[in-house]
Amino acid sequence: MRTVFKTSYDADIRMFKHGAQAGWYALLLVLAVVLPWLFNTYWLGEATNMLIWAIAGMGLMILVGQTGQASLGHAAFLAIGCYANVLLQMHGLPFVLAFPLGGLIAGLAGFFIAFPMARLHGIYLAIGTLALAILIDDLIVIAEPLTAGVVGLFAPDISIFGLDINRYGNPWLFYWLVLFVTVLIVLAYRNILRSPLGRSFAAVRDSEVSARAMGVNVALTKATAFGVSAGITGLAGALMGHFAGIFNNETFNIIISIQLLLMIVIGGLGSIHGAFFGAAVVALLPQAIAIGRDVVTGWLGSSSVAIPGLESAIFGFILIAFILFEPLGIYGRWIKIRTYFELFPFYRKDMFRRQRSYLKTERMR
Amino acid sequence: MTALLELENVTLRFGGVTAVNKVSFSVEEGEVFALVGPNGAGKSTVFNLVSRFYDPAEGDIRFAGESILKRQPHEMAGLGIARTFQNIELFDHATVLQNLLVGRHRHRRGNLLTETLFTPFVRREERRHREAVEKVIDFLDLQPYREKYIAGLPYGVRKVVEMGRALAIEPRLLLLDEPASGLSVEETQDVAFWIEDIKTQMGITVLMVEHDMHLVASVSDRVLALADGKMLALGTPKEVQTHPKVVEAYIGSTDPMAGAKVRAAV
Amino acid sequence: MDVLQLVVSGLANGCVYGLIALGFVLIYKATEAVNFAQGDFMMLGAFLCLGFTNEAFLGLPFWLSVPLAILAMGVFGYALDALVIRKMFGQPQVAVVILTIALGFVLRFLAGVIWGHQPVSLESPIAGQDVRFGGLVLGMDEVTIIVVTVLLTGGLYFYFNSTRLGVAMQASSQNQLAAYYMGIPVKRLNSLIWALAGMVAAVAGILYASKGSIEPSMGLLGIKAFAAAVIGGFGSLPGALLGGLIVGLIEPFAGRYMPSGYSQIMPYLLLFLILIVRPHGILAQYHSKKV
Repeated sequence: MRTVFKTSYDADIRMFKHGAQAGWYALLLVLAVVLPWLFNTYWLGEATNMLIWAIAGMGLMILVGQTGQASLGHAAFLAIGCYANVLLQMHGLPFVLAFPLGGLIAGLAGFFIAFPMARLHGIYLAIGTLALAILIDDLIVIAEPLTAGVVGLFAPDISIFGLDINRYGNPWLFYWLVLFVTVLIVLAYRNILRSPLGRSFAAVRDSEVSARAMGVNVALTKATAFGVSAGITGLAGALMGHFAGIFNNETFNIIISIQLLLMIVIGGLGSIHGAFFGAAVVALLPQAIAIGRDVVTGWLGSSSVAIPGLESAIFGFILIAFILFEPLGIYGRWIKIRTYFELFPFYRKDMFRRQRSYLKTERMR
Repeated sequence: MTALLELENVTLRFGGVTAVNKVSFSVEEGEVFALVGPNGAGKSTVFNLVSRFYDPAEGDIRFAGESILKRQPHEMAGLGIARTFQNIELFDHATVLQNLLVGRHRHRRGNLLTETLFTPFVRREERRHREAVEKVIDFLDLQPYREKYIAGLPYGVRKVVEMGRALAIEPRLLLLDEPASGLSVEETQDVAFWIEDIKTQMGITVLMVEHDMHLVASVSDRVLALADGKMLALGTPKEVQTHPKVVEAYIGSTDPMAGAKVRAAV
Repeated sequence: MDVLQLVVSGLANGCVYGLIALGFVLIYKATEAVNFAQGDFMMLGAFLCLGFTNEAFLGLPFWLSVPLAILAMGVFGYALDALVIRKMFGQPQVAVVILTIALGFVLRFLAGVIWGHQPVSLESPIAGQDVRFGGLVLGMDEVTIIVVTVLLTGGLYFYFNSTRLGVAMQASSQNQLAAYYMGIPVKRLNSLIWALAGMVAAVAGILYASKGSIEPSMGLLGIKAFAAAVIGGFGSLPGALLGGLIVGLIEPFAGRYMPSGYSQIMPYLLLFLILIVRPHGILAQYHSKKV
């Protein structure tokens, strides 16, 4: 374990704790940039998919992990971002404008929807957001003249200053675009965390009364968290639309909302890493199941059979296991393993003993 | 001296119970004012009224000459009213440093855009907040705990962190809700010194609720005794301690020797 | 008479929603946990009954299968709490929410593997029969649903107010620590509450199955029941039933008098309205935190 001697206040304000950490992340970024030369088209597509899920995960993480507000309806913001982006492009706006505007529209929608719901706590908020996702699904069908309803829309090719990007035509360019957006979002996320806004999110998460006494406008802060979260999620939705090529109301159904929430829980709540780990699980699970099925059918010698619902069920099993045995998610496990090697042979099993936090009820008995 | 905080005929009812009944008092700029009384006397309710968590049914509350009843609870910090909580309400999943920095929220000058971009202005602001918080850390001897998470801290330290967080607001009026409850004798002594320094060095007016009459007698300029939501006696610590009504409320008798017993007991 | 039939079919649907909502509220009131798999409990109850009675499976007599299915769901609920949920004590509320959502995925999958994903019908003696009141023709299934719901609610009311165990459950729901000190076995009571919720869900499932075909994904009906519970007031048993009835009644009328597409979103629009106007439901039981 590295001990950092802080010689100025900037040591706490800086983005990386020490030079070596910055080095590791730089290496990771270089690896991500050269990925198109290492992977074939198929796996590059999977990597792109993972990054898009990671962006959506970061969006939800700001709300759930940082501000402590549950949302079971974030597919609604994926949908708003996606439709806004594509509809703006269909009406002649270039991608470089339509894409950020799509995120902005989703963000504003999140902000204004959150305001009346700011009084809601825990389970009421969860059900309110769940209802939102269902409403948006149905509204897309009702607003058929605009959204083409269940028929769906085609995402046009992305054109950035004359450079055409298509997920199938030049997948590496689309990958780099997604990577670029991912890096921007990570930087923005980190900046918010180390500034007063991020601290007010944490304050609202840990104690609303106390946050209020510190001068934090709780309703506004919740709505801001919703807005930022919905904006990032909307950007992910726009990229998802371009990745899928064609989409309709079913693309962003309630199951996607729930999957998104489950994903960040598996990854580890409250950290950017968690969003990426969770996204890796979501993106790679279907591949792992396909490989597993091939192996099994190879043993049995029978023809391959598709079992509907298997993917969700395995996802569910993994999640139950994590909640019971590693509530901190993959990131929590990763920290433990890293500490084990850093301290070898001095690691003790109870170093990360789970803090028993007793139920702090909002109900007055 | 001018009145910083004034309560005028403030009444609050919960259902049929009158928790605070026509309470009037004013806290002068620069003094330490204590509220005492048995459990359920309405002391914490007065605190919650001043921090706008409750709306009074009648009466007016003025801070620096202006009524605060039209304002929201989160605006109180901006006016310069800081408070601590009886049962410690810290941000458990954050470090001591981050907790104190939340106290600086009132002084936030950036916005969503500048903070997302972390502009040089925001960076300068962060340094400014750090310097202010570091002064509080020095004042309360919190250096060893700076990077520690609240969840793992002992009770006494959390109590101090709460006081520090309120001081980070740089308030004009500090509300301390039982600052010494659950503390050891030594820790209580520290609290007494800090309250003295808060008053004399920082020039902050203090309104506190406290059961420890020893602490109350040693630091406060004036004391208000409450019982069943009503005002019993107001005056110097000595006057209030020996006031027959106060003695009756505590001991439940009009025994002339009871006053001596109260003083002997505390 | 047309309107009256809409009312009856709405009430029948509403009773099913209300019964699922009742399950949510039972568990929430007693343990502060939220069981998002309550809809899937209902699905499982319906399929268990179907598995016992249908010719394609065990082929037992219908009147034997019903108590068997209810009992099986009771055991399932008890075991789930004793083996899994109890271990979550002290973790945030949202952890249980996520756990039960995941459980719903797993249950849906298991039901699909055992009973298939095609819609199937429960072979029940009450399906397809009519009851006549004067000139009014009502479905036997709908009448049964309403009657059973009324009886069950009355029974639960009696149980909680008059039996020893019920009163103990009420006490434990109001203050677990105090109840524990008074010698009430809080842990076992929590498991019993889960068992009770499982049994209520089984009844709801069997009733629902008796008026149409069922499939593993029918548990998603639970979302609508959830909305019903919030509309009625999450902490209140009568509120749950009331919310269920309101949602049940809105649907057929919105379907009749509003353009298509709008009827299914009406319950959720109402939910939003309620959340904004009365954040804790029509029959709210909520007090803000004390400092």
